Amino acid sequence: MAGRSPRVLREMLDFDYSLLLSGQYHDMLLSGLMLSIKLACVTLVCALPLALFIALLRLSPVRPLQWLGFAYVESIRNIPLLAHMLFWYFAAPEFLPESFREWLYAGNIEAISAIVALTLYTAAFMSEDIRSGIRAIPIVQLEAGRALGFGYLASMRLVVLPQALRVTVAPLISQTLNLWKNTSIATVVGVAELMYQAGQVETATFRSLESFAFATSAYLSVSLLITGAAAWYQHRYVQAKSR
Amino acid sequence: MTTLELIDSYWVYFLVGQYPNGPLGGLALTLILASAALVLAMPLGVLFGLARLSPWRWLRWPVTALVFVVRGTPLLMVIFWAYFFLPSLTGFKTDQFTTMLIALVIFDAAYLSEIVRAGVQGLDRGQVEASRSLGFGYWRTMRWVVLPQALRTMLPSLVNQFVSTIKETSLGYIIGLTEISFIASQINTQVFTMPAQVYLVLGLTYFVLCFGLSRFAFWLERRQTQRVSLTDNSKVT
Repeated sequence: MAGRSPRVLREMLDFDYSLLLSGQYHDMLLSGLMLSIKLACVTLVCALPLALFIALLRLSPVRPLQWLGFAYVESIRNIPLLAHMLFWYFAAPEFLPESFREWLYAGNIEAISAIVALTLYTAAFMSEDIRSGIRAIPIVQLEAGRALGFGYLASMRLVVLPQALRVTVAPLISQTLNLWKNTSIATVVGVAELMYQAGQVETATFRSLESFAFATSAYLSVSLLITGAAAWYQHRYVQAKSR
Repeated sequence: MTTLELIDSYWVYFLVGQYPNGPLGGLALTLILASAALVLAMPLGVLFGLARLSPWRWLRWPVTALVFVVRGTPLLMVIFWAYFFLPSLTGFKTDQFTTMLIALVIFDAAYLSEIVRAGVQGLDRGQVEASRSLGFGYWRTMRWVVLPQALRTMLPSLVNQFVSTIKETSLGYIIGLTEISFIASQINTQVFTMPAQVYLVLGLTYFVLCFGLSRFAFWLERRQTQRVSLTDNSKVT
């Protein structure tokens, strides 16, 4: 038992940097990182408008629309992302018409189902942040807009939202951090993102330490960038305004 | 095969896996894993939380760094590290359950430490000062004055953390742990023709569990704010 423990030490001592700096495995890991970043960006672009729409549903004066928004948010949030991914990859294509399904299977169905799952999942969390941002704006702002003759949607768009979205930026950045970490789950449906490639490199070379160290530091670096963006925003806009 | 027949023939497998003829799995395993992870992560989370508030730098900095690293990496990464390095670190061949449990405990402790820190920091400073001036040392102040109050305000967050942990156990799927998502995929492979029904039942199961628990957390939180406002009123009158 004690005889095996120095193995970790040995692996640390002959850490093979060359594997990470150039060659086939370096390329695999890097393409994985690129795909992870792409997944996160595409999801962010799709999820933001959806989240705003859901938040407005939940705040609308019409009861059934509120319920619809509530049902969306709760049903998505209370099911793990992994189950969403499995559903969108294995089950959802069954409902599509034959011709469309063939087109989908010919293309990159893994990435598409991952993006659908990530978008729906992220939008549910972001819509809650946007909703609380909107609720933080005093109701008189909306009433003033209405009193000036704007309709509900127009006063939302022109009066409430510009103020609310400013308050919402910080929580939205922290949701983006969650989104970034969640892209790793796309590996279960076989999207060749960073986690998947790290696993592939590990299987091919038995260099677990190197490939995982690369993946971990890549995830950490992007996370730090996102956290840094949040701190910068806080410093630049929120504190500067209160001063 | 209809949906009812599907449920009728697979519900035992879905709930407990191959038990009693094989290892326990399914929903039961998910619940046991999530509970064990939270129970074990709790003391570690309290320690981490206190360490982050500690007056000693040599304790505060490493723990803060650890928490930042864990919070900046996906849980899947932590699981991979545990899966590949626990055996060579301990010399034992760890099974999937232990691997997943250890990864979850480390991951959850990092998040819990933030909850603990917020709970302790949210406490009125006068509490600590009163206790210190009564002659209690640091540890006894923490044990008898700070933590009991902080833990009570943390209760709703803890229930929410349990919901997150249940959702996190689904990642055991990737290392072949026979929790509920893995079992559902097994059923899907065996039946083959009904993926939508299988995964909808899986989603529904998670939903019932997690939605119920998060409503419970919401109720706890509301009861707490009501109680606080009641005590505030009694002070005024």
